[in-house]
Amino acid sequence: MILIPAFNEEGAVGTVIKEIHALHPNLPILVVDDCSADGTRTVALEAGADVITVPYHLGLGGCVQAGYRLAFDLGFQYVIRLDGDGQHDPAYISLIRDSLFRSGAQMVIGSRYINGKGKHTSFARGVGIVFFRWFLAIILRKQVHDPTSGYVGVNRQALEVFARSFPLEYPEIEALVVLQRLTFRFEEVPVKMRARMFGTSTITAVRSFYYVLHVLLGVVVNILKYQGSKRRP
Amino acid sequence: MDRLLSIIAAFSLLLILVVLFNIRRSHIRVEYSVSWLGAAVTLLIVTQSPWVLNLLAQFIGLNSLPISLLLIVGALFLVVFFRFSVVMSDLKDANIALTQKVAILEYQLNALHEKPQAPGRK
Repeated sequence: MILIPAFNEEGAVGTVIKEIHALHPNLPILVVDDCSADGTRTVALEAGADVITVPYHLGLGGCVQAGYRLAFDLGFQYVIRLDGDGQHDPAYISLIRDSLFRSGAQMVIGSRYINGKGKHTSFARGVGIVFFRWFLAIILRKQVHDPTSGYVGVNRQALEVFARSFPLEYPEIEALVVLQRLTFRFEEVPVKMRARMFGTSTITAVRSFYYVLHVLLGVVVNILKYQGSKRRP
Repeated sequence: MDRLLSIIAAFSLLLILVVLFNIRRSHIRVEYSVSWLGAAVTLLIVTQSPWVLNLLAQFIGLNSLPISLLLIVGALFLVVFFRFSVVMSDLKDANIALTQKVAILEYQLNALHEKPQAPGRK
């Protein structure tokens, strides 16, 4: 299943859904509308996606988790999440899906920094990515080229974990730490990001400082979090 | 020192009255009033029993009783605030779970009305 969290994305989400349908006509698409004030829900429905609308604005993590919960309840074996702003080219869905099945990893990240492909990101976010690349290399003992990428595929094992618990704000990096604690694996595949079709990034220069602090705290909390009497084998 | 003790005792009494008034008007639930009442009663006991304050000051290792008293007041309210942070976090988690559940149920209800079945598994 394809999962698209969307908040005020009426200008792009319809095009994204049509692109996915053109490439994968049989792949179910679920848009989780984060209580948008614009016509995101209507546009997504008209484009042929299934839409769930949360009654109040939950933020990215809450929105993605709602999609994961539904996908898990419906028995899907994998979910590929991409943004509704058009940055994530649906042409890479097959690559992520194939990598999920081939590698056996619980999560596959579409990375814009492998093979030097497209790097459509702001300066502030670029600095954050470099910092967290270094930080996560220590924590995870593995290089992550694009830790803030939202172009992510998860298999049913990870889906089960994330359906139960998923970070609320800026979830991508914390999700990696959660997986690492469960001794799950992740892989990265090269993707080319495009410029967003509509809207502006939520991670502006002003918020980047808060972003770094929040994610750092989230990572530390996840490392310290009690997981029960035994870690998952 | 006596004036400080009197002010804090009066403040504790006022806090107890405000909390009881709000419980009576159903503005605050009994289980969430316990922390405030506990803090207020503790302060009242400390201000009305100099030997307790002396004992606590010795335990903390401070010679100044006023500073010890203010430290105790600060510590008590920090504990109360922390308890409410825990409560708020639990409420937020419950709120998010409920919101997601409502959205999913609404989606499934619409799917039942509009289609013969929900989207197929993949």
